[in-house]
Amino acid sequence: MTSAISIKNLYKTYGNGHQALKGVDLEVEEGDFFALLGPNGAGKSTTIGVISTLVKQTSGTVSVFGKDVATHVYETKLDLGIVPQEVNFSLFEKVMDIVMTQAGYYGLPRALAKERTEKYLKKLGLWDKRNNRARMLSGGMKRRLMIARALVHEPRLLILDEPTAGVDIELRRSMWEFLQEINNNGTTIILTTHYLEEAESLCRNIAIIDEGRIIENTSMKLLLNKLDSQTLLFDLRAEIEPSAFAALSIERSRLVDPHCFEVDIGKDEDINGVFQHLQANNIGVKGLRNKTNRLEQLFLARLKSA
Amino acid sequence: MLANYKYIAFETILVKEIRRFARIWVQTLVPPAITIGLYFLIFGNLIGRRIGDMGGFDYMDFIVPGLIMMAVIQNSYANVVSSFFSQKFQRSIEELLVSPVPNYVILCGFIAGGVARGLAVGFIVTLMSFAFTDLSIYNLPITILVVLMTAVVFSLAGFLNALFANSFDDISIIPTFVLTPLIYLGGVFYSVELLPSAGRIVSSFNPIFYMVNTFRYGFLGSSDVNIVWSLGMLSVFVLVLYVICIALLRRGTGLRH
Repeated sequence: MTSAISIKNLYKTYGNGHQALKGVDLEVEEGDFFALLGPNGAGKSTTIGVISTLVKQTSGTVSVFGKDVATHVYETKLDLGIVPQEVNFSLFEKVMDIVMTQAGYYGLPRALAKERTEKYLKKLGLWDKRNNRARMLSGGMKRRLMIARALVHEPRLLILDEPTAGVDIELRRSMWEFLQEINNNGTTIILTTHYLEEAESLCRNIAIIDEGRIIENTSMKLLLNKLDSQTLLFDLRAEIEPSAFAALSIERSRLVDPHCFEVDIGKDEDINGVFQHLQANNIGVKGLRNKTNRLEQLFLARLKSA
Repeated sequence: MLANYKYIAFETILVKEIRRFARIWVQTLVPPAITIGLYFLIFGNLIGRRIGDMGGFDYMDFIVPGLIMMAVIQNSYANVVSSFFSQKFQRSIEELLVSPVPNYVILCGFIAGGVARGLAVGFIVTLMSFAFTDLSIYNLPITILVVLMTAVVFSLAGFLNALFANSFDDISIIPTFVLTPLIYLGGVFYSVELLPSAGRIVSSFNPIFYMVNTFRYGFLGSSDVNIVWSLGMLSVFVLVLYVICIALLRRGTGLRH
């Protein structure tokens, strides 16, 4: 399968001497939903900047669908849609004009530009706001406008730099559904985010970047399998006394409060035994959840070891 | 397909630029009309009557071409420098930089926008001048050519200024400390014959002096400068500034880190 993105030995040193990228190598397959994670200042935005040509690399190569971005400017940019971290449209322009103008930059004839603008503004719930000035939009709407703008030329690869930062949970979920839909329709998506739950539920493959280097690049499944243990929280139907809980003798468990206890479960263990103990003592379980996000647990451990 | 896409991109930039200055017409079209109107009234009409002839023409007739040219120069420069720098400042220029639009199309789009505003203001000022004098054109092709080339030169200069500018102060320094003195000393209000020989020599180094006089030739058929030399100089300015702007865009000066 073709690589949507192929980055080889990418270095970037800014004018002030800061070395943002120190030999990044990265491959993202066509059709993938890929997460690029890393702490603040790790090099995520610089990497995206080089792909989009807003940042000039010091050395190394970047190819989009097999074509070098430096030598095949027209073809690679047509294939690329970028949703930046910060708002970068004119706040004084109308929503419709912003998307239509972007379509014009990609050479879309006016009729097609209008059709696509309507399609994506409707899909992102902004059609009613099409004649509003961009400054009148809420934070979430501004982010959705940037997604509509990036999609108007229907790129094969969409890169989103923290698209849901500061967006409320309901809107975030609807954006996830939308991104999943366009990924299912064949668009490769690269996502950077600080919401690890977002990466875990959306992405199939993942890279972690830290201090300008890729320190992990694998599938989400393999990465999560690396967890040695996880802590599960059991929410109980009724209160339980500490003495009664101690009498259950569940290994590596602790009572959190009268309605909840936690258990450390090893990588190769199952939780059937815990349920057997509870059933035998007629204790009802209302819910079961992870104490911490599994990816978050791995992410922090990986950064620490790096 | 490729040529068509470039044309669509150029048209998009131009339409966006025209939409911008038309949207804020109170800031872009009205002030120069009022300022130049006051020049017509005070210098041309009230003081001009006492001055009498200048360079063999009625003073009002003499200053009208210069004032139109002054409006064109100031507004073509102002449009490009403020629009391009604002887009840099708001980072909306990234919309263009991530798209496949070639550098020369970006440059031509902004220059066309600057020329459009320069000519729009020039047209308004020309219409206003009819209230003060019966304007006639001696040589239409020269008039059109020189006003177009001048608008292109100052649009390119505005673009250059915007590329290097890092703050709003940086886009007001050149118009205030370079452009305004050059315009006022460029023979808008007087004939070079009035100057002592040292003043004439200094004026000969002022490019605006040539633009104003060539434009005046287009209206009145009389000029302090050689027209062919002046048009040649304008062509060189267009070429040199264009090459510099393209080279800087290619390097990403002020735009790509």
